[in-house]
Amino acid sequence: MSGFSLILRREFALAFAGGGGPLVAIGFFLAMTSLLPLALGGSPERLAGVAPGFAWLVLALAALISLERMFERDYEDGSLDLIALGPAPLEMAAFAKALAQWATTTAPLALVAPFVVAALGGKTALWPIITAAGLTGGLAFAFLGGIGAALSLGSRRGGILIAVIVLPLFTPPVIFGAGAIEAFGAGLDWKTPLLFLAAYALAAAALSPFAMAAAARNALS
Amino acid sequence: MITALAIEDLCIDRGDRRLIEGFSLVLGAGEAATLSGRNGAGKTSLLRTIAGLIRPSAGRVVFTSASGPLEPDDAIARHAHLIGHQDGLKLSRRAGEEARFQAAWCGGTRGTADAACARLGLSGLLAMPVRRLSAGQRRRLALARLIAAPRSLWLLDEPLTPLDRDQRAAFGAVLTEHLAGGGLVLAAAHDPLPVEAREIELA
Repeated sequence: MSGFSLILRREFALAFAGGGGPLVAIGFFLAMTSLLPLALGGSPERLAGVAPGFAWLVLALAALISLERMFERDYEDGSLDLIALGPAPLEMAAFAKALAQWATTTAPLALVAPFVVAALGGKTALWPIITAAGLTGGLAFAFLGGIGAALSLGSRRGGILIAVIVLPLFTPPVIFGAGAIEAFGAGLDWKTPLLFLAAYALAAAALSPFAMAAAARNALS
Repeated sequence: MITALAIEDLCIDRGDRRLIEGFSLVLGAGEAATLSGRNGAGKTSLLRTIAGLIRPSAGRVVFTSASGPLEPDDAIARHAHLIGHQDGLKLSRRAGEEARFQAAWCGGTRGTADAACARLGLSGLLAMPVRRLSAGQRRRLALARLIAAPRSLWLLDEPLTPLDRDQRAAFGAVLTEHLAGGGLVLAAAHDPLPVEAREIELA
């Protein structure tokens, strides 16, 4: 079996073994959704107006959950040594880890997001664009998040540090995704912002494994 | 296959402190050496430098095969094992899954992983979660990849510490077999290895 699929399978098994897979992130998403009416008041028009933007923002925040698991646990228990010294390049292992992060955390959130929008009274017709933006943007969130996870290795306050490193990098995908959702709802050109989002996500997927591997090597040395 | 390990004038700095100054060593096929020295003398750093995880400040590490010198990254990735004092096991996974992953990652198979676990007396524990294993059992699980994926150079960091007397003897037999087959062993150890080994004291 190739090194890539070994890491991928192990990441999936770990996500579902101890952490309950995507359930924690989905739980966070739903808890935030139930808090929104309490914070903004129950006026249906107001909730319906902010629902798509809110869902998109909380999706980005929920993507931060379990990033700490991505490298920190391997670093602490010594398996990052084994992975770094293995026959497959560390960049490839980092790619597999970020892909697993996408599949087990951010992609399930993208599938839940339309229900969140509907529960808040937003337009149900928006579901295709919300899912598409969530899946595409989620790829960017997972790979950029991996950079933060690798950079924060060895620091004691990993979780918050990851958020501080990563959230500025989330700005472009959040803008493009929100633009696509709004344009779709208004009947305008939604393809351009979605393509920008896809371009950003693919660039992140192509480049961030190098940053993750360099940061991980630095932490190991 | 690595037939000789040569370390030439290696210097390692950790922060501002020079940890190891001008360390040289030549280890040939079938030879074992133990690194001893007080805590903090740099045994772990030396092993990690040889494995390429730490960049030395000066000097170099040369791996040689029967057909000439090997490219260092490739030599480590294909022909060497590093077993650190952490076992690299996930507490939430089953012992068998972890042993098979480690073996497969190093080029072994499911069959060799299970055989290696049997050799180290772990067969009955493979269905247990790692968190339920004792420190000695976890260490044996990590050591299993040495047998499951044969590689010529073994870099071992305190391999015997959590093992009991019988398990040390059993691992001694594994070491003897490895050396007889032309393997190389460099181990950091406070207690002598259960095989004939050159003693190197780090100042």
